[in-house]
Amino acid sequence: MLLIVIVLTFLLLESASGDAVDAYLLSIGGGDATVAQSLRQAYDLDQSMLARLWLYVSSLARLDLGWSVAFDRPVLDLIIERLPNTLLLMGSATALSFGLGSALGIVAGARPESAGDRVLSTISLILYAIPSFWLGLVLSIVFAVQLRWLPTSGIESIASGKAGFACAADIATHLALPVGALALIYMALFLRVMRAGMAEVWALDFVLFARSKGLSRSRIVLRHVARNALLPLVTMLGLQSAAMLGGSVVIESIFAIPGFGRLAQEAVGGRDAPLLMGIILFSAVLVICINLMIDIFYAALDPRVGASEADA
Amino acid sequence: MTIANLSRRILLQAGAALLASTALPTLAHAQDAPAGGRLIVAADSEPKNLNPAIVASNGVFFIASKVVEPLAEASFDGKDGLSPRLATSWEGSADGKSVTFKLREGVKWHDGKPFTSADVAYSALNIWKPLQNLGRLVFANLEAVDTPDAATAVFRFSKPTPFQLIRNALPVVSSVVPKHLYEGTDIATNPANVKLVGTGPFKFTEYKPGEYYRLTKNADYWNKGEPKLDEVIFRVLPDRAGAGAALEAEEIQLAAFSAVPLTDLARISKIPGIKVISKGYEGLTYQLVVEINHRRKELADLKVRQAIAHAIDKKFVVDTIFLGYAAASTGPVPKNAPEFYDASVPAHDFDVVKANALLDEAGYRKGADGNRFSLKLRPAPYFNETKQFGAYLRQALAAIGIDAQLVNADSAAHQKAVYTDHDFDLAVAPPVFRGDPAISTTILVKSGTPAGVPFSNQGGYANKELDDVISKAAETVDTEARTDLYKQFQKLVATDLPLINVAEWGFITVARDSVLNVSNNPRWAVSNWADTALQS
Repeated sequence: MLLIVIVLTFLLLESASGDAVDAYLLSIGGGDATVAQSLRQAYDLDQSMLARLWLYVSSLARLDLGWSVAFDRPVLDLIIERLPNTLLLMGSATALSFGLGSALGIVAGARPESAGDRVLSTISLILYAIPSFWLGLVLSIVFAVQLRWLPTSGIESIASGKAGFACAADIATHLALPVGALALIYMALFLRVMRAGMAEVWALDFVLFARSKGLSRSRIVLRHVARNALLPLVTMLGLQSAAMLGGSVVIESIFAIPGFGRLAQEAVGGRDAPLLMGIILFSAVLVICINLMIDIFYAALDPRVGASEADA
Repeated sequence: MTIANLSRRILLQAGAALLASTALPTLAHAQDAPAGGRLIVAADSEPKNLNPAIVASNGVFFIASKVVEPLAEASFDGKDGLSPRLATSWEGSADGKSVTFKLREGVKWHDGKPFTSADVAYSALNIWKPLQNLGRLVFANLEAVDTPDAATAVFRFSKPTPFQLIRNALPVVSSVVPKHLYEGTDIATNPANVKLVGTGPFKFTEYKPGEYYRLTKNADYWNKGEPKLDEVIFRVLPDRAGAGAALEAEEIQLAAFSAVPLTDLARISKIPGIKVISKGYEGLTYQLVVEINHRRKELADLKVRQAIAHAIDKKFVVDTIFLGYAAASTGPVPKNAPEFYDASVPAHDFDVVKANALLDEAGYRKGADGNRFSLKLRPAPYFNETKQFGAYLRQALAAIGIDAQLVNADSAAHQKAVYTDHDFDLAVAPPVFRGDPAISTTILVKSGTPAGVPFSNQGGYANKELDDVISKAAETVDTEARTDLYKQFQKLVATDLPLINVAEWGFITVARDSVLNVSNNPRWAVSNWADTALQS
């Protein structure tokens, strides 16, 4: 499975015109033919495509991710450097959008077709339709440039020497805007799935039974309707985290956060095959891990999942 | 003293003292600029090799020039347009076979070792000549560097090499790196290529990839009283809108190299406390050029090339695409190089009627659809302006019946298509004029450059007369005779149009008013910033 991912990425990048040396020569404003030739030799770019693919796969088998041509550093170092930033940004954005989205979804789904439901649904639709770069820029202009409550960009204060709690608070203020922008957009998705799920559950017999039992409305909403409607939401969460792991090139660029998305963009621009494949490989492994966790969570949430396995 | 005791005299004294205190900072402005402070600057790229002795490019110099110094820097008013750095004087021999540099004494590397002529000799012979992208050309005939004493370096050339060229190239090609850290190592992979060690006013302290570079004051700098700043931070801001916002929010104080897009300048210049400066890039003029593939039979015809030149409204390009922050070009040498510039070359004024007539004359009549022929047009993607000019050129060509198909690609793909595969008819390129036509300008038109070299003549153009002038100028030692040859060169290019020069531009610096001594030399953004200061 992973091998297919690797080969496809390699072929895709190979099909783009120009190689890493072309990209590098341009960035330094030119160089003569001998320079280009010696660089190609140094990076094995003078060899055939299949030879390079074999070289890469065989070194990967030895758990060596290779050397980034565009950065002139080991791929593993680059990935380890950027991964925490992306995990932090995307993790908090996913958690926030999931939390807010499901909570508002419960509010909207508690009384489907009510005025509150309509307002929430409309707002979520508008948010979902906003492009992330626009939302990011607007938030940055309002809260960072005009009000100056939060920093415009970066992941931490420069060489501040802060440690411990102060450092965490510093990172939190820097991440507030990018996380906010991403969370607002993804929130809409969770809200609508939650709301739709609840609307469906309301029509089921057991809800009628709960009502006839004389349970309070809030208890029905939370214990019976919402809990059942949560299942598709968790599935959604798994899918969404996979999408988020790739990082957000747009948000990371606007807020100057050194994350996976920007790294991938630079890898493509620099025609840096080892780096791009390293990133994709890492993302693939992470997505597999997350989906495993979601499956376990699923079993806890829905007793039927564990039970059916026990039956089989 | 009680309040009642306050006499008129005391009040007057106090008033005078107050006046004096407010007057002082104004007087202190240029000479005794305030010391201390951290200057935060926007940076849009992170070069993988930061050693300016190997990679002589503006992206590298922007950061590295504060740490590693050249022998001399460009200057608005200095002798030969230079101000001394690591060399205090330079002199060429009459036969053009040697240049003698007197070096500054008492200079120390950031690691405490003394700077001597051995460092210059090592840098020149082992790095500039064999490895540096521009030095390979300038120092091609460098044979040896004699070091009679620690403060003298004599460059010896196997063939006459014009002193004028060496002099003009000094700011770009002569960054000196420490011999003791490079000797006996693999130069290309030396750790000092990233963690720089130089003699400059700032030491390279910290690099956080994707976040910032931190340079701190070199207390032992040879010019006492400099640098003024305690720290210079280059903050990586990949998004151009981000740089403008960070300036407004006072998170950074300066954005050079047009990091704030031209379209934002009108708005941002109105914000109190922010200044927009177009000075300080005279020594690194970028040229907007239409590259022509002479392998196309239509384009091999001079009349067609003339017609294309007449179809371009340079004034429109300057006013609308560059919003006035550029000048119309007359030929391959920009006006910012007065030593060489010749205004009297043949001009191709905007004249659509004449352009159409020329094409008719050449035998390319309009077909039923109004088109004469089709061309593939590839605008370079490196600047907004090159892309926009591509779109403009397509329209301008449509007006004379040439159907241009725009092909947009990213940097690597563009480079391969134009400079290696020659898969273009017209291309838009932004070459740089680096102080002397021999450094990176003549290569744009002379023949014989192998495929794969970016910013060179890859259009298959060959003109014996032009080639002869170029090679003669390359070995003419006499400054006056050499300058004359470059005037001929400009005439030949403007007449035969191997390429079409459209506009020339420098970049824009946007800074907070608190930053002092900005743009005070022609290569300011890539100079050492020793006198740059922050008003607290």
